[in-house]
Amino acid sequence: MVTLSSDTRPIIGRGPPLGARLFFLGLLSVVVMVLDHRGQYLETARQWIGIAMNPLYAVVEAPATFWNWMTGSFSDRATLRVDNARLSKELHSARVKLLQFDALQEENQRLRALRAASQGTAARTLIAEIISVDDVDPFRHRIRVNKGATDGVYKGQPVVDAFGIVGQVVRVDRYTAQIILISDAAHAIQVQINRNGIRSIASGIGDLKKLSLPYMTIEADVKVDDLLVSSGLDGIFPPGYPVARVSKVERDPSATFAVVEAKPLAQLDRNREVLLLWVARSPAETKETPPVEAAPPAKTAPPEAAPQQ
Amino acid sequence: MAQADGRISRLRIMVTVALALIVAIVPLPEALRPARPDFLLLLVIYWSLSAPRISGLSFAWLSGLAIDLLSGTVLGQHALAFLVVAYLTHKFQLRMRIFPIWHQTLTVFMLIALYQFIVFWIDGIVGPGITNWLRWLPVVTGALFWPVLVAVLDTWNRRRA
Repeated sequence: MVTLSSDTRPIIGRGPPLGARLFFLGLLSVVVMVLDHRGQYLETARQWIGIAMNPLYAVVEAPATFWNWMTGSFSDRATLRVDNARLSKELHSARVKLLQFDALQEENQRLRALRAASQGTAARTLIAEIISVDDVDPFRHRIRVNKGATDGVYKGQPVVDAFGIVGQVVRVDRYTAQIILISDAAHAIQVQINRNGIRSIASGIGDLKKLSLPYMTIEADVKVDDLLVSSGLDGIFPPGYPVARVSKVERDPSATFAVVEAKPLAQLDRNREVLLLWVARSPAETKETPPVEAAPPAKTAPPEAAPQQ
Repeated sequence: MAQADGRISRLRIMVTVALALIVAIVPLPEALRPARPDFLLLLVIYWSLSAPRISGLSFAWLSGLAIDLLSGTVLGQHALAFLVVAYLTHKFQLRMRIFPIWHQTLTVFMLIALYQFIVFWIDGIVGPGITNWLRWLPVVTGALFWPVLVAVLDTWNRRRA
């Protein structure tokens, strides 16, 4: 039984009655919800109040950080040598690939200039680390990263990893941001089949290993193992980034739409780091953007490059 | 045992709230995540019963707002749910205090169910709601944790600070 505490205050003069307080605070909640959801008026307020939560993240993160530091500082010589050898090998092969990439990029830009295409390319990137805290709601696929408004992160910003598109930024605090993964049930992304250019929409269904393409007619030319890339029509994701690979196609002759499922290429459940992209949109911007050099210009680029979304 | 409200200090409540917020976001294994009880809500109920003067409706509302900020949901969603639960607790506090523990647990079970329902309802208004049955698991685990929480905090409160 809960211990009893005798309330010794006089009955009169206790402040407003309970019902009135409920009414007032309830009304306040509804107003706040409407302002936040309908008007998005509270983004700045959320950023500033969110600072109060940072100590919590720091505390929760501390054991993991400490463990990383421990394993880092006590790993033995042999492990380090093996790692070093492996990394330099990887760097070597990556350099070779980058050479091809440079050539391809130049060719691509020439072709684009010929077409006077307005498709944007990523102008600036920034690596963000995922903070290992659990979102309160385990049924939504959201992650929190350690970059926020002070780093120029904006709402609706595309996020990728080394294998494909991860998702987009949904909430921005001062020092952290929340990212919705493409597998979240509330997320959909405009895609295109790389083989033949058929456009469709891939929506998340709340499963990390699956996306659903609900608008593929049964006649649509889609096969298992087709690569889906972003089409860029949504104005959020830059075109041409890999999204998923088709894993299942089922055609029921009596239905209008085929059942098409795809497996996301990004490592949604295993990431430690993701890449935030700033996309140059207008053709003018694209022309002004200097060609990407061998070293990614991530941190040297001016921080004002964030376009309004 | 009878206890003056004054002996339960604000500091004590703040410490428990901070702990509950940490427990709310500490990483758990994937299988256990849906079962994470709403400790902060249990605390709000507990303090509303044992220290109603300090832990009023505004306290409950602010606790809910903290959960909103942490989870990145629409601001005011959990705040409203916390507020309704705290209101009912305050309303029935004299009765709930003298309930036997199993009876109290049952009441708390219903309060958490109401809380989850309000959150679920607002989720559905804002966007596609989560219709997974597992989303109701915190109601059960929360009710199971209630006797434990009461035992621990009562023991703590009986000792002089």
